[in-house]
Amino acid sequence: MQTVAQRLANPTRFMDLSSRVLPWVAGVAAATIGYGLYLSFFVAPPDYQQGETVRIMFIHVPSAWLAMWGYMLIAVSSFGLLVFRHPLADVSAKAAAPIGAVFTFLALVTGSLWGRPTWGTYWVWDARLTSVLILFFLYLGLIALRSSIEDETLAGKLTAVLALVGIVMLPIIKFSVEWGNTLHQPASILRAGGPSIDPSILTPLLVMALGFTVMFGALHLKAMRNEILRRRVKALQMAEVERAQAGRLAAAE
Amino acid sequence: MDLGMDLGPHAAFIWSAYGITVLVLAGLIAWLVLDGRTQERRLTGLAARGVKRRSDRPSSS
Repeated sequence: MQTVAQRLANPTRFMDLSSRVLPWVAGVAAATIGYGLYLSFFVAPPDYQQGETVRIMFIHVPSAWLAMWGYMLIAVSSFGLLVFRHPLADVSAKAAAPIGAVFTFLALVTGSLWGRPTWGTYWVWDARLTSVLILFFLYLGLIALRSSIEDETLAGKLTAVLALVGIVMLPIIKFSVEWGNTLHQPASILRAGGPSIDPSILTPLLVMALGFTVMFGALHLKAMRNEILRRRVKALQMAEVERAQAGRLAAAE
Repeated sequence: MDLGMDLGPHAAFIWSAYGITVLVLAGLIAWLVLDGRTQERRLTGLAARGVKRRSDRPSSS
């Protein structure tokens, strides 16, 4: 019996399935984020310490989670390419990189805008902020490395190796708030003993996180479809050039 | 911009965070949509010149 991954190994089958699924995923993402924004601005009360600025958390935390999950997706896809040679693994890794970079950028910017009124500064070079900045540069490095190599297969393999080496950043980011001095608050949701946030603020946060995650899925599906189309265009252009060269050779003989 | 909400003395930080997020995500979505259209247009152009994938060609049998 074929697994889902094996069934989706055929790009044509993936394109058929994703074209049917994508509008629904995008719709669910839009509806969930819309509901999350309603909860964030009209239902959630101001925090007893941070006041209204706690509302930045509803976009900052989902962005920060997706910055890390996006990298995890690239690492798993890279593993799938190097070990199982799954035909769509490289497509998935390449498609996820710019999306992950965008969410990392948003985590940094919204965190900075939250930090100014909360901590009194936009930025400090502490373990959490610095490690997320390094993650952002790692994303840029993956994109730059891939685009600097003409051979698609070689570029995929080299990028996959860098992605797997870079996965060491994820536990560093996760535990940076416990290992070093930082202004950043410790984990308050994914922690032993359960979330320490009041449900009136936790619920909008989780709804926004769900919406952002589904949106990430929709963006990733769309980016994968684009990448498959790009590879088809490239293959056909090469076939056209080869056919023209063969025609010229035949005419010369 | 306050949309009738009083977000206190730090409203500018809150609206800036949401504004930048909306702009950046809208840019990402627009880039993906336009990129998809570009690839589909190229494929259509190639097909019009008779360059097609094997699976798109009519069966010879």
